[in-house]
Amino acid sequence: MTPHARYVLRLADSNLVLAQRLGEWAGHAPALEEDLGLANVSLDLLGQARILLAHAGQLEGRGRGEDELAYLREESEYYNLTLVEQPNGDFGDTIMRQFLFDAWQLGLYEALLGSSDATLAAVAAKGRGEAAYHLRYSGGWVERLGDGTAESHARVAASLARLWPYTQELFVDDDVERAASEAGIGVLPSALEGAFAARTGETLARATLARPAKTAFQWYGKQGRHSEHLGYLLAEMQSLHRAHPGATW
Amino acid sequence: MAVAARARAATTPPPELLARLRGILAQVADPEIPVLSVLDLGVIRHFLLGPDGKLEVGISPTYSGCPANAVIKTDVLRALCAAGFDAVAVDVLAPAWSSDWLSEEGRRKLEAYGIAPPGAPSDARPACPRCGSASTSRTSEFGSTPCKALYRCDACLEPFDYFKCI
Repeated sequence: MTPHARYVLRLADSNLVLAQRLGEWAGHAPALEEDLGLANVSLDLLGQARILLAHAGQLEGRGRGEDELAYLREESEYYNLTLVEQPNGDFGDTIMRQFLFDAWQLGLYEALLGSSDATLAAVAAKGRGEAAYHLRYSGGWVERLGDGTAESHARVAASLARLWPYTQELFVDDDVERAASEAGIGVLPSALEGAFAARTGETLARATLARPAKTAFQWYGKQGRHSEHLGYLLAEMQSLHRAHPGATW
Repeated sequence: MAVAARARAATTPPPELLARLRGILAQVADPEIPVLSVLDLGVIRHFLLGPDGKLEVGISPTYSGCPANAVIKTDVLRALCAAGFDAVAVDVLAPAWSSDWLSEEGRRKLEAYGIAPPGAPSDARPACPRCGSASTSRTSEFGSTPCKALYRCDACLEPFDYFKCI
C-alpha cells in the first residue's frame, strides 16, 4: 500500500473506530439528549469514514471496497490512533476522549482544506463544520463537568490524566505522514500541535482543569500496534459480516 | 475520473427540459422534513445528458452521517424513472454542501412548518418559529435528525427544532 493510501486509511480508521465506540452508548447515555448527541457525532464520523474507506480502497487498487476494509481486516491491519479505541468508561471518560479528538480533528481538517487529493479536501471541507460542532458539544461538557461539583471535577480530572498520554501519538511524524505531506496530500502531525494546544488550553482553563505534562509514554496505533482494547471492538463490529459474508440489509 | 470523462461527452439539457426536470424534482420531498423538496434543500447539483440519452444527476450529501442521503438518491431516481428518464445519480462531494444552500423558499417553508431555519451565527439564538420571540434557549445541540438541534422559546414556552447551521 502506498503512503498515500495508508495516510487516507489512517484517517478513515480513526473515524470508524471512534464511531463504533460512540455507538456503544446508544440507549445507555445518562440522558436522552446525550444519547442523541453521542449517536449523532458517531453518525457524522461514520459518514466521513465511509467516503475515506472507499477512497483508500480505490487508491490501493486491489478491488477492496468500504465493506471489505471495515469488516475483513485484522487488528494489526487497522491504523487508527490508539486514543479512539480506549474504552468508553463513564460519560466523563467518553466526553474527554471526544474533546481531545475533536480539538485535533478540527485542526486536521482545516489543514487538509488545501490537500492536492480532491477527496480529502472535500471531506475536510464538510468535516470542518461538523468537527467544530462536535467540539462545541464535547468542550461544553468538559467545561461543565470540570467546573461542576467536587465529584464531577475529580472524575473528569482523572479522565484527562488517563487519556492525555495518548495524545502524544497525534503529533509525532512518521514516514507515511512525511511522504503524504511532501506530496501535498497530507499534513505533518507535528504541525497540528499548536492549534490543539490553544484550543484545549482555553477550554481546560475554563473547566478549572490543569493540562497534564508531556510524558515519554507513546503508542503506535497508527502503525498497527494497538492497545489491548481494539481486538474486542473489532470482534464485535465484524462478527455479523464474518458469520454471514456479504450480508446486506 | 469516470465523472470527468462523462462530463466531456455529456451536455447540459436544453432550458425546456431543465425546467421539466426541476418540476419533477420539486415534487420529491426530503424524507425527514417533508415540507422541503430536494430542490429547496440545495442538494441537486447538476443535470447532464449523455449522447446515449442517459441522464446524470449530481447530488451532494448533506450532513455526513445523515441516513436520509441514501433515501434522497433513491427517491430522485425513482421520480425520474417514473417520468421516463434513464437516470443515474453521482455523488458530488466538492464543493461541500452547507446549510447556506437551503433556498429562500426552503427557509420560509421550514419556518412555517415550525422549524427555525439556519443562518444565524452558530452561537446566536434563533427566533421562535411560533411566536417570533428572540428570547430562546438551547436545550440540546442534537435533535431527532442529524440536521436539527432542540430549542425552547422563553416567551411562549414551546419547544422547537432549529435547522443546524453547518
